[in-house]
Amino acid sequence: MEESEKYQLDEKGSSRRKFLRNSGVAAGGVVVGSVLGGLIGFGGEKQQHEPATEPEHVAPAANPNAALMFFTPDQYQTTVAATERIFPADENGPGAADLNVAIYIDHQLASPWGINAKDYMLGAFYKAEATQQEQIRILRKDLFLLGLKGLDDYSTKKFDSKFTSLNAEQQDEVLTDFESGDYKLSGLSSSIFFELLRMLTIEGAYADPMYGGNKNMEGWAMRKFPGSRMNYNNEVVSKEFIELEPESLQSHMGH
Amino acid sequence: MSTKLPKVPAVIVGMGWAGGIIASELTKAGIKVVGIERGKERTTNDYLMGHDELRFQHRTELMQDLSKETITHRNHPNMRALPMRSYGTFIVGDGVGGAGSHWNGQTYRFLPYDFEIKSLTEEKYGANKLGSEYTLQDWGITYDEIEPYYDTFEKMAGISGETVEMYGHRSNPYPTGPMVKTPTFELFEEATKKLGYHPYMLPSANLSENYTNPDGISRSACQYCAFCENFGCEYGAKADPVVTVIPVAKETGNLDLRTHSNVTRILNDGTKATGVVYVNTITGEEFEQPADVVIVTSYVFNNVRLLLNSNLGTPYNPETGEGSIGKNYCYQVSAGATTLFYEDKEFNNYAGAGALGIEIPDFAGDNFDHSDVNFIHGSGIRMTQYGNRPIAINQVPSGTSSWGSEFKKQSIKYANSTLQVKSQGASMPHKDNYLDLDPEYKDAYGMPLLRMTYDYTEQDKELVKYMSKVTRKIAEEIGADHYETTEEQAAFNVNVDTNTHNTGGVIMGVDPKTSAVNSYLQMWEAENVFVIGASAFPHNSSFNPTGTIGALSYRASEGIIKYLKDGGGSLV
Ligand SMILES: Cc1cc2nc3c(=O)[nH]c(=O)nc-3n(C[C@H](O)[C@H](O)[C@H](O)COP(=O)(O)OP(=O)(O)OC[C@H]3O[C@@H](n4cnc5c(N)ncnc54)[C@H](O)[C@@H]3O)c2cc1C
Ligand code: SF4
Repeated sequence: MEESEKYQLDEKGSSRRKFLRNSGVAAGGVVVGSVLGGLIGFGGEKQQHEPATEPEHVAPAANPNAALMFFTPDQYQTTVAATERIFPADENGPGAADLNVAIYIDHQLASPWGINAKDYMLGAFYKAEATQQEQIRILRKDLFLLGLKGLDDYSTKKFDSKFTSLNAEQQDEVLTDFESGDYKLSGLSSSIFFELLRMLTIEGAYADPMYGGNKNMEGWAMRKFPGSRMNYNNEVVSKEFIELEPESLQSHMGH
Repeated sequence: MSTKLPKVPAVIVGMGWAGGIIASELTKAGIKVVGIERGKERTTNDYLMGHDELRFQHRTELMQDLSKETITHRNHPNMRALPMRSYGTFIVGDGVGGAGSHWNGQTYRFLPYDFEIKSLTEEKYGANKLGSEYTLQDWGITYDEIEPYYDTFEKMAGISGETVEMYGHRSNPYPTGPMVKTPTFELFEEATKKLGYHPYMLPSANLSENYTNPDGISRSACQYCAFCENFGCEYGAKADPVVTVIPVAKETGNLDLRTHSNVTRILNDGTKATGVVYVNTITGEEFEQPADVVIVTSYVFNNVRLLLNSNLGTPYNPETGEGSIGKNYCYQVSAGATTLFYEDKEFNNYAGAGALGIEIPDFAGDNFDHSDVNFIHGSGIRMTQYGNRPIAINQVPSGTSSWGSEFKKQSIKYANSTLQVKSQGASMPHKDNYLDLDPEYKDAYGMPLLRMTYDYTEQDKELVKYMSKVTRKIAEEIGADHYETTEEQAAFNVNVDTNTHNTGGVIMGVDPKTSAVNSYLQMWEAENVFVIGASAFPHNSSFNPTGTIGALSYRASEGIIKYLKDGGGSLV
């Protein structure tokens, strides 16, 4: 603690080099330890790498990340509508639609995770007991599309209208039925899709904005989560709650 | 088919904590070592851009790639075991540093009671305290014998902590002082003291201060950055093989580290090993590495699997109780927790560290009388502060829907306004809980997967019920607006996040009939094979395992060096 306070007194530009020297990262001929020492001392300050968040001063730049790499526009709209019901706008702040959660989901499903690249996918696929893992062959990206189609099919059956045209109460009713698992999607329980949708919505609200959601870190700001700062030496011992402006991983670039 | 390489004195399979320690000790003694690791090379550079909850915690970036191998699970022998296709419960390390790269760093010693659990339980409570289906065993080493090795491990890692009177004797205090006491820990401290308990700061491998270890490795103090459990530490503040033992081994020039190399078999004639076979996971090329000594440090699961796939040792038979490979698989119980909800208090719970915690020793081991309860051993009752990350932690009062406007409102309201009094309980071995080879499922190299047959035992469930009441009592003493207690341990479920404290399968002991390795972790049935890790624990204590793995690794190193010097023979 004492040491790190000393670094805080260092000039910003030289603290990294000094840190590496002072903390003896090269002792006994063996070089190890921190490569990020220089960031100690910066944690309490706001770094100005992020675009300013007050729109009245800065014209909002177009976000090249907010485009589709997986969904069709229709699928995207259904996803926007469904995720907004999972995580709706309210007095706390934006909902999934304004946080770009559907963009996040689009990008995730286009990634290796969408094709279960790191899951065990070899057969055979037997029926699982409740304490075992779901044994399904279908890839996440296909399950999601199946679910979106299911939302429309079910909405049409129940309300004679596709999902995006329903009002909020009707959409909640459809999602509740999906959650209960009563509806079948090509033989799969709708609850499997619902769980995926729910999990992706929460991730999209709170993952680092580089993934496409959590727009302007507003997901974090709502719950006073400071994002990915480099140290909390003061906060961890403070009896008072300290609300910090969130910082994203972009503020770690260039070190 | 495979390329045969020149023989070396020692080959190590897996470069996590156990493999790293052995590599460091052997190479310092001048022994040439080949270290084989299935995953990638790793340095602190890999931990930059590390404060990414999605990538490291939920997409398990640093963990074993399950598309290559996993385990299968069933709760009892009459069920068909099925593969764990993605992570739910325990996660498994991969790459140089193993799980030591992304562990929390809670670094305990086991109790004197643990090492002689069978004798001490029988002495105090009689032979029938637990039924005969519980395969309790002494470890073949006493606490006093293992104490110096704990001391060595703690000095190497720079463990921060304070001496606890109710635990085993220490020859030295912890090398660094305890971590900071947060305001919420002060609440826990005050409440538990009032109830007559003895709170202490949890022993931590997140350095509380800058530290230089006996190998000359210097590391800087923890910054409480809160991206610790599941993440690598870019400061080098968390003890990790990558910033401690592995650089020391490399510096000697005696370590030949081969990454992206997956060992599939140990070559042997039934009584001695001649080397290992491994596959280069990038090119698919197969190699044979002959060695005088084969050291298996590939974590509990692969320690057992490699022996079984290599026909080394006698597989455990649950029907007869004979054989030892796969025997006494244990886990831990962590139900029995009370959550405290506050209406208008906020805590800085976004800050924290992986081993930042406060605990009481009063319900651990045999520190309380078990005459009137139908279980033995106990739990650590604790409050921790790892840093609440927003995807993972969304505490809402029970009855709240898991989505929609109510969920959003409540999860945001309580985002910084809950605390938890938790328990982590011991797990006793049972004859029906064991590991063997799956008859059907294979890994990416065509080798059978490990099959786990496991469920929580009655003993462990009784323990949870008891401990849940203790957590409730402490929580009420602390005071909150609303409490919720999980009182029961449900059936073991491979989808439910618990912890990564798997133990047993290649257990140590004094009797070759009932154990697989001696107290140097040398196999009874193959004297030049050493199997090191939590696989050696005959039961699981309530503490996190790595302090004990570290101690056993230092002891095994001593044994291996002696074995090579003496030109063979049993070490006991
Ligand atoms: C998120 C997390 C938090 C944890 N927190 C704590 C804690 O706070 N305190 C504590 O005590 N413990 C903790 N643990 C457990 C701790 O990490 C392990 O006990 C410890 O790392 C085990 O060391 P090991 O050397 O036996 O195995 P590992 O560290 O798992 O190393 C085994 C190595 O062997 C390699 N390997 C496996 N099979 C093969 C093969 N066939 N060929 C080649 N290489 C192979 C693996 O890739 C790996 O690198 C935690 C674990 C996790 C996952
Ligand atoms: S909490 Fe401390 S030890 Fe853990 S990663 Fe952050 S700085 Fe390192």
